[in-house]
Amino acid sequence: MFANLSDRLTETFRNLRGKGRLTEADIDGTIREIRRALLDADVAVPVVRTFTSNIRERALGAEVSGALNPGQQVVKIVNEELVAILGGEARTLRFAKTGPTVIMLAGLQGAGKTTLAGKLAHHLKQQGHTPLLVAADLQRPNAVTQLRVVGERAGVPVFAPEPGVTREDERPRGNPVKVAKKGLKEAEQRQHSVVIVDTAGRLGIDQELMSQAADIRKAVEPDEVLFVIDAMIGQDAVTTATAFQQGVDFTGVVLTKLDGDARGGAALSVAEVTGRPIMFASTGEKLEDFEVFHPDRMASRILDMGDILTLIEQAERTFDQAEAERMAQKVSQGEDFTLADFLSQMQQLKNMGSMKKMLTMLPGMGQLRDQIENFDERELTRTEAIIQSMTPAERDNPKLLNGSRRSRIAAGSGTTVAQINSLVKRFEDAQKMMRAMARGGGMPQLPGMGGGPGAFGGMPGGKKSKGKQAPQRKVKGKSGNPALRAQQEAAARNRTPAAPAPGSAFGLGAQPPQEVDTSKLGADLGKYLGR
Amino acid sequence: MLRAALLDVVDPTLDRSLALGAAGDGALHTAIVVGVNGVGKTTTVGKIARVLVAQDRTVVLGAADTFRAAAADQLETWGARVGVPVVRAHVDGADPASVAYEAADRARAESAEVLLVDTAGRLQNKQGLMDELGKIVRVVSKVSPPSEVLLVLDATTGQNGLTQARVFGQVAPLTGIVLTKLDGTAKGGIVLAVQRELGVPVKFVGLGEGADDLAPFDPEGFVDSLLGQ
Repeated sequence: MFANLSDRLTETFRNLRGKGRLTEADIDGTIREIRRALLDADVAVPVVRTFTSNIRERALGAEVSGALNPGQQVVKIVNEELVAILGGEARTLRFAKTGPTVIMLAGLQGAGKTTLAGKLAHHLKQQGHTPLLVAADLQRPNAVTQLRVVGERAGVPVFAPEPGVTREDERPRGNPVKVAKKGLKEAEQRQHSVVIVDTAGRLGIDQELMSQAADIRKAVEPDEVLFVIDAMIGQDAVTTATAFQQGVDFTGVVLTKLDGDARGGAALSVAEVTGRPIMFASTGEKLEDFEVFHPDRMASRILDMGDILTLIEQAERTFDQAEAERMAQKVSQGEDFTLADFLSQMQQLKNMGSMKKMLTMLPGMGQLRDQIENFDERELTRTEAIIQSMTPAERDNPKLLNGSRRSRIAAGSGTTVAQINSLVKRFEDAQKMMRAMARGGGMPQLPGMGGGPGAFGGMPGGKKSKGKQAPQRKVKGKSGNPALRAQQEAAARNRTPAAPAPGSAFGLGAQPPQEVDTSKLGADLGKYLGR
Repeated sequence: MLRAALLDVVDPTLDRSLALGAAGDGALHTAIVVGVNGVGKTTTVGKIARVLVAQDRTVVLGAADTFRAAAADQLETWGARVGVPVVRAHVDGADPASVAYEAADRARAESAEVLLVDTAGRLQNKQGLMDELGKIVRVVSKVSPPSEVLLVLDATTGQNGLTQARVFGQVAPLTGIVLTKLDGTAKGGIVLAVQRELGVPVKFVGLGEGADDLAPFDPEGFVDSLLGQ
């Protein structure tokens, strides 16, 4: 049911192969699929209409009918058009030539303005600016307190002369326009380079609050007015964005809650309707979860295509650096891979969230969607339970596991002896692989590393194959890919020892952070590469 | 025609009252409010408390949002507004389940009639946070199994609302939906899909930031506004 656009189009075009030319009717079918995909992703209806008519023109052209795989070609066109709209006017923040740069935040209630204020301040501070946060949200109970806390976490001063609505006050006191003005004066006096004005959430149709926002804008003359919008927003995005454009004439857009699984079609609607660039994306609850907007990733996301970059970043975020290094150390010293390691690897995998979700993020997994759907997340939990029912000695040396021990473990973990046998078998395979790697045999036929459909050829959706994925991904986590390692090695050699480790995706195993001794590293890596 | 069909989907016959027992029956009834970030959970808790107080029920609020800055303060402000005690963590970032338990414990000790637990906003794809929510529900159930678990949905939410409802439904036994921010231009049509998939009725709608801006869900009015009448 969640088949993505790429799959659907491939299906649409399946019957067309061999035809010399695409007919109008063929294209209509394609356009219908595209329209559906976009609506599924919450792109606003009028935007979908203009967008698909653009696509139609290009699709009728020679580039599609001449292509070997018209389906993919159309997806490529759609993707290009999306990127063009989303990133059309990509730019960075404009700073004032003299005096403090004023940034004003506006948006609906609960879009994430206050949190974003903290993140933006943190981001600017790291770039060497001295931001001042101004609390002009006097509406929501304790919004001012929240901004104070956020400011404290970011290490940025907060200007909050009015407490807003707190326990003592039922009605909001103070005037946000005055607060904003005073904040600006304060910043000039104390020589802050940036002023970030956090305003109260307001609805597009609330005339009173909208004109208040316009007054704030007039009072502080911001260099940037950022419209903060939730990535989950649906068809209402256009109305809201238009209302805010008329009300405060924002200069840029920030998309929040992108760490959720919403497809975020609103981004397209807002960019298309208002013509304002999307500048930042907020992707989590921590202060650092803030980044410059990537149009290409957003396009893939709207089309529900694999998003390998996000997957890698997610992996980087959740993988325990220390643990990964310990493992790498272990392998390089030729120590044996034990069930305890197996367990810790698996737990790290689980930290990354749903396995299904991760698998669907891999490109080319579309055809395997059914198998992925059948994948039982609890299998990981069961395996974990089995290992946790073993004594430390058993974990270190699975050879100890005789029949009696196995039946004890089965009872302890609520599984059967057969399940334990299969786990042990799988583990031994993994262990063999690790040994071969440590000996320098390269990567002996890693099951499923090749990518593409062939890799999962042996995956009937049964239990065995599920288990296999754990070792296989785990190896990947330590960049078991010889090509990648070779790359890292080359990179490490070309670098002076003091240079920081490159931000390679899974490069944890290869570069201990301090004092990279290249020669030694080379020797260690040689083991994996069979040199 | 269309109106009738839509109304049929909304199903006006569903029971949309809060299953929190009658006033003065002496038992403790618990309601937990869940949802993603920024949909208006805390505000909803405050408003429901207000409704209950107006019905002469004794209410205790549990501030199990220990994560967001000043969330507990926000709830305390609401508590003070409507005059009900708020149980909160003494330190930032405490275990929300323990706060919920403490609140339940206190509600029982004070023989309050209703316990309302506010939880932190969590995106449904964060497994760890969803597990945490499951734990809150389990822990509260030790004192008093929740008679209401309300999912708060933002009317502006698009297709993702369905995913939210589905995933939250897996970790907590949802009994009702609160549709917030319906005072804007958004119509909240996604609740149709949610109600149909989960069979959980929309019980309230949020219409603003004031303490009285919570209304029972009106199926006919909702359908009319969907159709732009």
